[in-house]
Formats: sequence, structure tokens, C-alpha cells
Amino acid sequence: MSDILLQIDGREVTVREGATILEAAQSMGISIPTLCHHEKLEPYGGCRVCSVEVDSRGRTSVVAACLHPVEQDLVVRTRTKKLERIRKSLLEMMLAHAPDSEALQELAQEYGADKARFEKDASFCIHCGLCVRYCAEVKKKNALGFIDRGARKEICFIPEIASRECWDCKECFPLCPTSALQAAFVLSKALIAPPEDEKPACCASSSSCACSHGTLP
Amino acid sequence: MPRINSTAELETVRTDILSTRDPNKPCITLCSGSACQATHCKKVAAALELELEKQGLTDKVHVRKTGCHGFCEKGPILVLYPEGICYLQVKAEDVPEIISETLIGKKIVERLVYVDPTTGEKAVHEHDIPFYKNQERLVLGLNTKIDPKSIEDYLAVGGYQALGKVLSSMAPEQVINEVKAASLRGRGGGGFPAGIKWEAARNAPGETKYVIVNCDEGDPGAYMDRSLMEGNPFCVLEGLLIGAYAIGAHEGYIYVRQEYPLAVENVTSAIRRAEECGLLGKNILGSGFDFIIKVHQGAGAFVCGEETALIRSLEGKVGEPKARPPYPAVRGLWDKPTNINNVETWANIPLVINKGAAAFTSIGTEGSKGTKIFSLVGKVNNTGLVEVPMGVTLRDIVYKIGGGIPDGKKFKAVQTGGPAGGCMPESLLDMAVDFDQLTKAGSMMGSGGMIVLDEETCMVDFARYFLGFLADESCGKCVPCREGVKQMLTILTRITKGKGKEGDIELLEELAEVAGSSALCALGKGAPNPVLSTLRHFRDEYEAHINQGKCPSYSCKDLISYYIDPDKCQACTSCFRKCPAEAIEGGKNLIHVVIQDKCTKCGSCLEACPVKFGAVKKLSGEPIPSPLPQEARTIVRKSKQS
Repeated sequence: MSDILLQIDGREVTVREGATILEAAQSMGISIPTLCHHEKLEPYGGCRVCSVEVDSRGRTSVVAACLHPVEQDLVVRTRTKKLERIRKSLLEMMLAHAPDSEALQELAQEYGADKARFEKDASFCIHCGLCVRYCAEVKKKNALGFIDRGARKEICFIPEIASRECWDCKECFPLCPTSALQAAFVLSKALIAPPEDEKPACCASSSSCACSHGTLP
Repeated sequence: MPRINSTAELETVRTDILSTRDPNKPCITLCSGSACQATHCKKVAAALELELEKQGLTDKVHVRKTGCHGFCEKGPILVLYPEGICYLQVKAEDVPEIISETLIGKKIVERLVYVDPTTGEKAVHEHDIPFYKNQERLVLGLNTKIDPKSIEDYLAVGGYQALGKVLSSMAPEQVINEVKAASLRGRGGGGFPAGIKWEAARNAPGETKYVIVNCDEGDPGAYMDRSLMEGNPFCVLEGLLIGAYAIGAHEGYIYVRQEYPLAVENVTSAIRRAEECGLLGKNILGSGFDFIIKVHQGAGAFVCGEETALIRSLEGKVGEPKARPPYPAVRGLWDKPTNINNVETWANIPLVINKGAAAFTSIGTEGSKGTKIFSLVGKVNNTGLVEVPMGVTLRDIVYKIGGGIPDGKKFKAVQTGGPAGGCMPESLLDMAVDFDQLTKAGSMMGSGGMIVLDEETCMVDFARYFLGFLADESCGKCVPCREGVKQMLTILTRITKGKGKEGDIELLEELAEVAGSSALCALGKGAPNPVLSTLRHFRDEYEAHINQGKCPSYSCKDLISYYIDPDKCQACTSCFRKCPAEAIEGGKNLIHVVIQDKCTKCGSCLEACPVKFGAVKKLSGEPIPSPLPQEARTIVRKSKQS
């Protein structure tokens, strides 16, 4: 793999081919805000607070630093008026869901985001997917996933898997940028009241099933 | 039909088919596309068979059930050849007369021919009807000539000639160069040059490569791809085969919406027929080239029309877009180099190869070559599918082909490019329609949806409708789209309800910048367009809603009131009887009054009021005059005075 020379905030840097803009910036001590990024996970590009401006092949565009691969002679700007506006609005929209999140509040202060700008819709979830992706990519259990789409999208534990895997793990809880209670709440909901019609196949077929599904609180 | 083993054999088969077909033998074609099926073309077909049998003509007349002819407003459409007599809105009851009068008697059934609604002029032949006359149907035209289930029909009109030419005499690079020289741009939305995309996939390292047909057409009101897939699936297959050969792919996928059952049926049948003839499978036309096609039905998500989401959906994953780069040409389906094009793009390929790049580029504008199919819908007289050369004006499409606005209403705008497109006001009607002009005007070509709006459409409400669609169809992965579109929708909804606030327009513009520049995929990036383009051309309508509580189009229910002008009301009781909410107080010889608290604003009273009185009015942004006192409401008829 060859090295790539690019420019970030007016300073030149050389990184390996295949690195992302975020990695390149980090290597030179430039901080770009992130929320859905986690070094153990595949880049996701969901929160977009890491948006940066790039000049590439004569065009200026906004890309997610966590995802966008470096290119030779790429010019990157991590702090511009436009980016400040974008990050501020994004934070405000997320704060409507999770007004007490420390991670959000910290960034809100930096970008002057007003948590009361948009009507409160306290779902507490900002759909960063850290819990979902950590369970799938690191733990390889897929005990939770997203259901539905758009504004109706929610995280959801799968009772059959969660009842087996989650008691001794819960590693996703501290990852949550809004509050660990969010994942805990969704997990408890899934375990306490699994949908009736979705009884695990084992329990449905035999009354003397040896699994632990029936014995959970 | 036997397996065709070489290009020479292909031509022999074609000659054989043509030799059995007498061009003078009467042929009746009946449009059997989805739109005509909705207007009972199947009943017409059954009546036709029955009547021909009754008259002993079954063997003497050929009946062909074709795909969509495009003039969907007037379906079912029946055309009698060789004369080309075109009958519109044909019912099963009309069939015996058509057979006895026209087929046997050679006379025209006057009531079934096209009558121009403005001039009253009649047009007997298909090519004389203004809707068809002003089109250039290079791609869609074959729809009227073939039965989509018959590969013989496709061969008879020159089908697979381009494939024969490519496999027998062109190297893959030559094919790519031809497509590049033709400057064919993707018809699905982006308008990216197809040849360059093909070249990137060909040059990408890797043995296994894929080609995909994107038939996940999801724009409200658009059905170009559907009609091509239903009416001429062989043409799409031929284009795909040529592309696969050029790129070096041996496996192709057709991603088609499950909501298009006839498209699924016809393309599946076409694949089977092509396989039987050796036009798919191993060693096609003896060239050594192998290619198979699989059909995959999408589950109805709009976002899966976006190429990276479509690929994920094909892989069996959730249909969510992925960031590009890497582009599918390098890492697509199952991480292999993949070329994905829209149905119409693929359907243009045989044309490019047969006519050559020079002929293809002689049509169109500087930056956009060839023709484009639009689905012309909304407040226009002739709704349907129209194919025109790039560069015709919006005015020609709306007025010459579309026949103008119905009921003498005024034109307001035409929306192009689907939900992420924009609106063109009257001042832009003379603009030449091509990829670049539309983008410059703040809209886009998109896949070719064209919705005509008249003076009664509220532009704020129109933007709200599209944002509602997009909020519902957003995959929810990234914040600018999931939250930004939702917030924009909230603001637009509140404006249409008369609860808009000062600063709302600026907030919309701010959110539009966020979504437009930082969203992950084209859906989110394009989502602000309906708002931005209506703000650009109709900002005064937004301001009227917010500042005066007025809907200038008298369309937003929360901002209008129905009012009966006491000077005009003749107490005829028409509206009084029609009102479903009992919101009209009145009676014989008693001037009617709308009880505003009870009124549901359904508009029945306005429709019921005789035009000669014109007493019922819509008010917006102004106070409703208080009703006349009870004693002043009695009408004293002149006749009764004497």
C-alpha cells in the first residue's frame, strides 16, 4: 500500500492508502467531533457530526470524515462556517431526543446548539447504532437490531437471543452516548414482555421445553 | 422455436418469421398494459376473440395484446392494422361494431376516434393524434408493435440485431467506446454517462462481475420503467446482455418492484423464452459468451432505488445506502465490480448499437443526447407516457403533447424529477428540457416524472406532500435525513395549518442546507429540493400563509372558509341538499348561510351551486362577513309580486 499526501486545515500529512480522513486528522492531532464512531467498529456514517468539507477533482463537497477514504492531494477543511452550522443543527435535532445526554451537551456547548430549538421528542435514542453494531461486529451475537425505518426507526432486542446472551454481557450499555439507561430500558421491555405471537419455536412446539425462555422475569 | 446458434442463424430465423407474416393481413392490437388493464382491456380482448370466432374470422385476423401505448388517459386503446385506425376508450360492447363496421365494412366508428378537446377536430389514425404526433418514440414505440410474451414478435421488429452485431463483430472495448461516443446518460436520475460507468466496471480488478437492471421505480406518478418492462422486456434483456459482454459479467440481476406483477411476469417469461432460443445461457449465438439473468423482487422501499441500497437489498441485507466511494463499479454486489443502470438506460443500448453513436448523438442537446420518456401526469388533458428528444421545451410537452390544462384552469407549475426534484413556474416553460437545464433551474431530470399543477395547487402543501413521502421513505440511518426531513415536514405542516411563525422560512432554508449537504445518500441530499424550489419560485405563497393566514390557491383547508354571497344566492337549495355535514342553513326562498362551526370544508356546496348563480365562494385570509339577519334573508320572487 502506498502513502497518500493530503492537506487538512492547511497542514500537509502523509497517511497510508485506505485510511479515512478521520484517521488522518487524528494522526496529526486535529480533532473532529464524532458520535457514532467507535474504533472497534466498522465506520457507519450515521450521525454526520464528523462532516468535513473536501475539495476533490475541482468540486467542493461535504463528506463524513469517518467514512471517506483519503485521496492524493485532497484538501480537507474541518472547521468552516458551513460546517459549524451543520453540526449545530444536527446536535439540536438529536438533543430533541436526548436533552440530558452528556456527550451531546458537551458538543452543544462547543457549537452553541440550543437544546430547546426543536420540539422535544424524548425517545432518548439518536440511532448511532453503537449497541447494534457492537453486538453484531464484536460480540457476533446480533441480540439487537433496528426495526422500521425513517423517523419510526427503533432499536429492538430480539427476546430469544437476548434472554440467552444479554444477562452476562451488557457491554453495549456503556457505549450509549445518550444514557446507558436507554439500552437497558429496551432490553427489559423485550425480556419482560416478548410479543405473545412470537413465542420461540422451541417453547411453541413442546410444553416441556428445556430452554430458559419461560423462566425469565 | 429452435435454439439459435450463430448470428447467421439469427438472421435466418428472422427471415423465416417475416416470411410467414403477411403485412396486409389485418391485425388488431390491443393495449394491455397496467393502465389499460385497470380500464378493463381484458374484457375487450375476450369480446374480440368471441366476435372474431362468431364471424369466422379467427384465422383471418391476427390479434396482438401489446404493452403500454402511452396514451393512458384514453385507454383501452385498440389499433387496426394495416390502416392504423386508432380507437380510444374501447369497451367490450364496442367490439361487434368495430368488427362489422371497420374490419369488414371498412368504415370508421366515429364515436371511438380521437377528438381534440379544443378544436373539435377528429383524428382517425394513431399518427395524426397530437399526443403521438409530437413525440419521437424511439424506445417506447416498439411497445405498440409486439406482444411482450412473444420473442418472435421482437425478432420480427429487428430484435437481437444489436446483440448479433456486438457478439460477431465488436470487441468489448469497442462496445464501451460506442456507448461513450453516444454520450448516453443514465436515465434513472443521476444522469451519469453510462459508457464511463461501464468502463470503470470493466477496468476494475476481479474475475467475477455483475450487471444489474434497476427497476425499483418509486417516484409517485412515474411509470416509464414499468411500461418498458411490461411492454418490451426483450429490449431490456438485449441491452443488459450487450452491457454484460462489454463489462465482462456473466451474471445479471433484474431488481423489480414486487408491486409491478405484470412486469415481473413478462420479464420472467422473456428470460425463459430467451433461454429456450439460446439467447441467454451458455455460448450465446456461438460466441462463447455465457450469461444468465435472475429476477429479484424488491419489497417496496423507495430508498432501494438508490444503487448502494439496492445492492444491499439484493444481498439480503436491510436496504440502507452505503457511502461512496467505493463505487459499485469497484466494489458492488458481494463486493464484486458491478454495473447498475436503470431500465430505460438499458433499453437505449440496442438503439445505440444499431443506429451507431453518430445517429444517436444527432438527437438531443449539447449535453444530453437521445430521447427521454416522461410520465406526464397531474392537471393536464392528455396524461400518459411521452417520449421526446432531449431539448424540447416544457411548453411543447405540456401543451402540444399534453393538450394543456383541463377545465380552462391556469397553469401554475410543472414538477420534474420525482420527490427530490423541483417545480418549474410558468416563466420557465420555454426552457429546453435536458439534464443540465433542469439542474440549473433548481430541479432535476430524475427518472422522468412530470407532474403538472394548476392554479388550485398550493405550493406549500405540494412541498409538504413530497416531504411527507420522503420522511416516510427515509431509511433512518443518518441524522440529516431522518431528523432534518422530519423537522422540515413539521414546519411545512404547521404553515399549511395556518400556524406558521416568523422565522419558519429561514429555518426551512437552514435545515435544507444541513440535509442537502451532509446527508448520506441522494435521497437525503435531494429531500430539500421540493422546499427550495417552491421557495425560489413561490416564496410569496409561503409568506401569505405565515403573515396573512391566507392560502393564495384556496387549497389549505385550515385557511379557507366557504361563504355564500347573499346577493347572489337564489335559495335554490342545491347546496343545502348536498352538504354532508348539515352545515348549511336555508330553505325555500330563504338565503342560505354556511354554519362555519359545522363546515368540514369538503367543497360540495361550491360544486353544487349552479354556475349561473355562482354564489358559493372560498375565502382565505379575510374575515367572513356576518350573515344577514334572519328577517333580511327571505327572497321575494318577482313573479309572486304581481
